[in-house]
Parts: sequence; structure tokens; C-alpha cells
Amino acid sequence: MTTTRSVFLASVCFTMALTLVTLAGCSKPEDAPQGALAGRLVLTGSSTVAPLAAEIAKRFESRHPAVRVDVQTGGSSRGVADARRGTADIGMVSRALKPEEADLAAHTIALDGISIILHRDNPIPALTDEQIVAIYTGRITRWNEVGGRNERITVVNKAEGHSTLELFLGHFKLKSEDIRADIVIGDNQQGIQTVAGDPHAIGYISIGTAAYESAHGTAIRTVPMAGVAPTLANVRNRRFPLSRPLNLVTRGDLSPLQKAFIAFATSSTVHDLVEVQYFVPLAD
Amino acid sequence: MYPLPTDAILRKTLRTTAAVAGGVMLLIFAFLAIESLPALRSVGFARFFTDPSWHPAGGAQVGRFSLTPMLVGTLTAAVGAVLLATPLGIASALFCAFYAPPRAGAAYRGLIELLAGIPSVIYGFWGLVVLAPLIRHWQPPGQSLLAGVLILSVMILPTVALLAESSLRSVPRAYLQGAAALGLSRWATIRGVALPAARSGIVAAILLATGRALGETMAVLMVTGNVARVPGSVFDPIRTLTANIALELGYALDHHRSALFVSGLLLMVMTVIIVIAAAWSGRRHEHA
Amino acid sequence: MSTPERAIRRTTSRVAPSSDWPGCVAAGTVWLVALLVACVFFWIVGDLIRHALPHLTWSFLVEAPSDAGRSGGIGPILVSTMWLLGVCLTVSVPIGVGAAMYLAEFTRNGGRLGRFVRGSLDVLAGVPSIVFGLFGNALFSIYLGMGFSILSGGLTLACMVLPILIRTTEEGLRAVPDDYRRAAVALGLSQTVTMWRVLLPAAAPGLIVGLVLGIGRAVGETAALLFTSGYVDRMPESLLDSGRSLAVHIYDLAMNVPGGSGHAYATAFVLIGLLLVMNVLTFWIADRWLHRRVTPA
Repeated sequence: MTTTRSVFLASVCFTMALTLVTLAGCSKPEDAPQGALAGRLVLTGSSTVAPLAAEIAKRFESRHPAVRVDVQTGGSSRGVADARRGTADIGMVSRALKPEEADLAAHTIALDGISIILHRDNPIPALTDEQIVAIYTGRITRWNEVGGRNERITVVNKAEGHSTLELFLGHFKLKSEDIRADIVIGDNQQGIQTVAGDPHAIGYISIGTAAYESAHGTAIRTVPMAGVAPTLANVRNRRFPLSRPLNLVTRGDLSPLQKAFIAFATSSTVHDLVEVQYFVPLAD
Repeated sequence: MYPLPTDAILRKTLRTTAAVAGGVMLLIFAFLAIESLPALRSVGFARFFTDPSWHPAGGAQVGRFSLTPMLVGTLTAAVGAVLLATPLGIASALFCAFYAPPRAGAAYRGLIELLAGIPSVIYGFWGLVVLAPLIRHWQPPGQSLLAGVLILSVMILPTVALLAESSLRSVPRAYLQGAAALGLSRWATIRGVALPAARSGIVAAILLATGRALGETMAVLMVTGNVARVPGSVFDPIRTLTANIALELGYALDHHRSALFVSGLLLMVMTVIIVIAAAWSGRRHEHA
Repeated sequence: MSTPERAIRRTTSRVAPSSDWPGCVAAGTVWLVALLVACVFFWIVGDLIRHALPHLTWSFLVEAPSDAGRSGGIGPILVSTMWLLGVCLTVSVPIGVGAAMYLAEFTRNGGRLGRFVRGSLDVLAGVPSIVFGLFGNALFSIYLGMGFSILSGGLTLACMVLPILIRTTEEGLRAVPDDYRRAAVALGLSQTVTMWRVLLPAAAPGLIVGLVLGIGRAVGETAALLFTSGYVDRMPESLLDSGRSLAVHIYDLAMNVPGGSGHAYATAFVLIGLLLVMNVLTFWIADRWLHRRVTPA
């Protein structure tokens, strides 16, 4: 058999296999028993909340077979805008609502903290708030000024508008223009890979992610803030100073389906899902 | 040449398809213009170039809306990438078409076809994890204009190489046989006969590659550092117009969001200028 | 290998190397570049394979994702991706080939529509993928009411792929010698028949390149699909369902989900494998069914 012929056969087989998989997976949604929940919910918003919301949605769907819950991303402001306009049933927002968003109701499903991270080989044990502010505003530029080696600090900051940045600025009483950054990142993982690849970098990311990565061998470590260790336990008991709520937001009166989903998402039945995403479930 | 009446239907059908293709661009232009209008009205066109920096949160009066650093970033990254990828791509095409033993040429082309399909996320991730630390050893911070140029070159090289190779292989056999009959060496044939005959294909390849380099979002987002400052050297971080939109769109409200669409509009206008310039210089060459 | 290549290799390799130093330099440079590009390729792909191998199993290919994608597989996502590609190609190939034929055959003297369309396509090639995503969302999802759906995503992908497809096919058509067209007229063939049976098969190389580049671009797209076909990783039940593509899944696992990078690499490996199969299929189909109809003697 010539090469082209065998390749053709292989690709035909692959296509047939794919078709079989498709047909096997396609199944109509079972008819709902009388009085059970049915319909479709659309959630849009923060990509931080999205993986958690998607897992909660899957568990909800398994309990209510006639319901479809679609989770989409687009950012926290998309979540707010869509909830307002009615384009989405529920919005996902990775921060507390602002005063001008008082027309929406927030339902908190988890807490997340923000921790300063350094490279694993960076010997500095802790940084005070003043030192952090000085590093981020460019007044301190070398590690030896805070007790480390004589190397230039690489400052990693989050992009404008991200709730992590706003929390950081709010806590340290800074304005966005004050920060002198060497690298600006968008996602948590980008921050982790940047700091892991640079022994002289400093950054800040979600506590849960930082805890996971440093436990799995990525070259980063966390430092305590104002004397409090950045652990999920400290976020849960509210000792850790820098934390934010992950919210589902709605507008106006809730339909039965919306009510059921939000009740499910804020209940203790999904606490294991929250923890597996490295967030902190709210205490009952 | 073709007076048959059935061909009139063909001509009309094809004309429609061409119009659809052109129509898409107009729709996108209109979309960007509509979304940019709020910011253009409240912030004013001039401020997008004269403000001191890019800090758009805080409303139309208080915010700073300068797109100049991002404009410089996009231009330098794209021009650098095209300057690097064009010779490499044409050389690759020459390798496939003329210099390689037959099986090696086919394998190499398959390799380049695969390079064309690797998602930009993978390129970006590789750049973030492998390339940027390498550059950092040379000169911190690592995520820089240089990293952006290198990654973009690898991404647009397949476009240049594949299209150029296809054009070179389509050069009429008679031309090559004529050159051989005249006793020209392989390189002389390539330089004097094949490359000029494939010129329009190669120019199209470069234009498509330039477009791709200007519009790439995900990969440059991960490797260029995203600091909204005009770079002083190739090792400085830059932010491109595309990365600007991708980074901030998810969290931007009102004027900030509209300002991001202005940067998209600016990018499109820039592309139009480049395309018109290329077409104009091409026509001058033809008359020469 | 087609005869032009054999012709040039046979005729030019007889020139004595020592007397042709520009040729030597050229040959050396070309080989060096090829080696460099091949090295970069193996560096990137090798890195990817190394991280992907531990996670590649048959169940990975057919199971649904669970635990935000960190366990389970990518079965539904593969299906969504194939459907997306299907919609994209079904829409873009007829429009693209039609427009290319129009540009190549009817606008040789630089008519206004031809110049405008060609310019528009070059501009379209430079539009960022995120703008395509927002545009697709506004036009297909909201204005035409498709919502987050595979149909919306496929149509957006078609818009992105059009410039590449049209330009490469047009170049392929332009490269066909005029002799073919004159011979067709001499035989009394209608334009339709000439296009379909003579010119298009002869332009197959350009078409293949367009398809390969277009499929590559479509399959690798992330930002455009996040806003149109969406984030849902369930098995799609119809074209109007939201469905995640492989590239979106890779992006989410690599950048958004802690601990997802292993599966991200494995998904990327599957994507590249899929691409390899499609490229070979494309070449095979175009070569057998189109190109060989018009074989140079």
C-alpha cells in the first residue's frame, strides 16, 4: 500500500471514529418529571469565577436533568453589564459591587485572597507595607535595600481595571499612576510564570493559586502581609487583610430557576467544589 | 473573450461573493466606529495622541488616554517581525522548491504547515516560559520588544514561506527550461527568473504576514511585558494596541471601554494606510 | 514531485561549484535557514510533547472534562471544534473561491471593485482576533440572535479565514498560464466549464495553501471564539448550542485554572495531531481530485 493511500485510510478511520464519538455523545435531554425545574440559565462575567461556576453548574445540571446552565466569560464588567441589560440571567463578578452598581444584588459564593509572591530563591522572609509601597512606586529599586541581594527588582503589576489591582491599590492607598511596573500581566498564571522565571521579581496573585503552585513545585513562594501568613485558613477567619468576594449578581426579582441555582451555589453542598478551585467557601 | 450568455450568471454570482468579502471589512469598520464614538466625542481625537500617559480609569476628564506608546509598540513589533520573517520565509520557500532533496522538501513543508497551525496561546506560553527567561539572562526584564519580535516572526514565517513556495512552484516550466537552455546556474535562475516571476505571490504573502503581525493578540500579550511606555531599546517592554484591548476589555466600563475600541479603530486605519502604500508602490514598480 | 523541480535540479546541478560562489553562498544560506527553522520547530514542539505525553490516553480523547478540565478528557471539545471547522469551511470555501475567481479572471485591468476587494482583504487580514470576536458577538450573536453558539463562532471564523483563502487562491489562479485559457476558448468551452474543469484544478496548489493556512488559523483561534461560540464544555446538541473549541480549552487550562497546564499541553498535542491529519487530507483530496485532471505531459 502506498504511503498516500495508507494515510488516506488512516484519516478516514479517524473521521469515522470522530463521528461515532459524536453520535454516542449526542443525546436528547430527558423529559423532566412533573413540576421539576426546566429551562436554560446563562451566566456571563469574570473568568476568575467561571471555572468554579462551570463546575457548580455541572453539579446542578446532574440534579435537574431538564436544566441547561451555560457559563460564558467576558470579564467582570461584562457580567455587570449583562445582568443589568438582561442579556444574561446571572452575572459573575470577582469583586464587591461598587456604589454605582446598587441596582444589582450580589450573592457571594466564595472568598479569595491576594498574596505577594517572590521567587523561591529569594531569601527575604517578609516585607512590611511601607516596603511594598516603596517597591511598587519605584522608590526602592534594588533588593539589597530591603535586606536581599544587590539585584534590580523586577516589579510585576496587574493590568488596569482588574479587581486584583483595584484591591491592591485600595489596600495600600495608591493610585494607578503611582505604580512603576516593569511587567504588566493579565492572568494569574502569567504572573506565576513571570515570577517563577525571574529570581528578582515581585508580584501579587490569588492566594489559592499561589498556595497550589508553590505546593506543586513551581519556583515561587509567598510572603506574609502585615505579619499574617497568606493561607486560605487566614482568609476564612478574616485575619488576612487583603481579600475579595466572588459574587453572582442579579437584577430585580428572581425567577424560580435563578433562585434555585443561587441557593445551590451558596449552599454547603458545593463547598468541596469551591475548595478544589483553591478559593475559600463562606462559613455557614 | 467569453460571449456566452450562461457566463453572465457566473459573472454575477462571482461578483456577489467578492462583494460579500469586501462588505465584511466595511461592517467591521462601521462596528468599530460606532463603539468608539462615545470616547471620541467626550475625550476628543487629539488627546489620544497628546495625553501624557495611558491611565483611562476615572472618567473622560480625569483619565489619561494617550495611545502613542501602544502605537509605537505595535509598529516596532510588526515591522521587526516582518523584516525578520520575510528573508527567512523566502529562503525556506527556496529550500522547499529548489534546493531540498524531494522527500526532505515535502517533510519540511509539512513542518511549516504544522507551525502555521500551532495556536497562538502555545506560542505565547512557550515564549513566556522559555524565551523570556533566556532574554532575561542577557538583559532584564526579559519580556520585551525583542521577545515579541521573535515570537511574531516564528508565527508569520509559515504564511510567507508557504505562499512564496506555492508561487515559486507555479512558475511556468518553460521559463525554467529556457534559463537552463541558456546555461544559467541554479542561483542565477532563481534570482533572475523564478523570483521575479513569483513576485506578485511573494508580495501578497508579505502583506498577509504584515496583517497577521499587526493583529496578533494572545502571543504578544504574554511575552512583551505590556508596560504602556515608549520603548528605549529592544530589551524594553512594550504594549501593543491589540494587547491593550485584550488586557483591559474585560474590566473596562463606559469611556474606558470605548477608548479601547478607539485603539482598535486606530489599528485598522493604520492597516489601511499600509495597504494603500503597498498598492501604490506596487503600481509604480509596474510602470517602471 | 512535479516536473519543474526535477527539470531545474537536473539542469542546474551540472554547474561546477567552484566557479559559482554566489550560488554556493545562496545554497549555504538557504540550507542554514531551513536548519534554523527546523530547530525552532523541534524546540517548541518537543517541549510540548514532553509535557503532553504523561496525560495522553484513549479516555482523554473521548471523556468529558471534569474538575474544570484538570481531569477527564476533551471528547465534547473535539466535537465542538470539528463542528466549528465544518461551519467555517462550508461558508468560507464557496465565498472564498468564488471571490478569488472573480478577482483573478474578471478584474485583470484593475477595475474598481477588484481593487477595493483586494485592499479590503488585506486590511481584514490585519484586524486583531479580539476585534473579530467582539464584531462576531455584535453581528451574529446579538443582532442576528444566534447567541453564544457554534454557528456564530463558525461564521466569525469564516470572516477571519476569508482573506487568506481568497488571496492564496487568487495567486494560484493568476499563476495558471494564459495558454490554458486560450486553448479553452479555442475548444469552445463556456467560461463556467473552463473555470471548473481547467483553471481551478490547475490552481490547486494555491487553493491547498489557502486551506491549510486558513484551517490552521481557524483551529488556533482563541479570542474570537470566546465571545461567539463561548466557554461551555458540554457535548453540543445542535449548531445553536455553545461549545468550547480546543484552543479556548488550552487557553483556559494554561492561564486560568491552577494546575491545568499538564492537560493544556496534552490538548495542544491533540490539536496539532488533528491539524496534521487535516493537512494531509487537504493535500490528498486536492491533489487526487483536482490537480491530476490537468497533468502536464
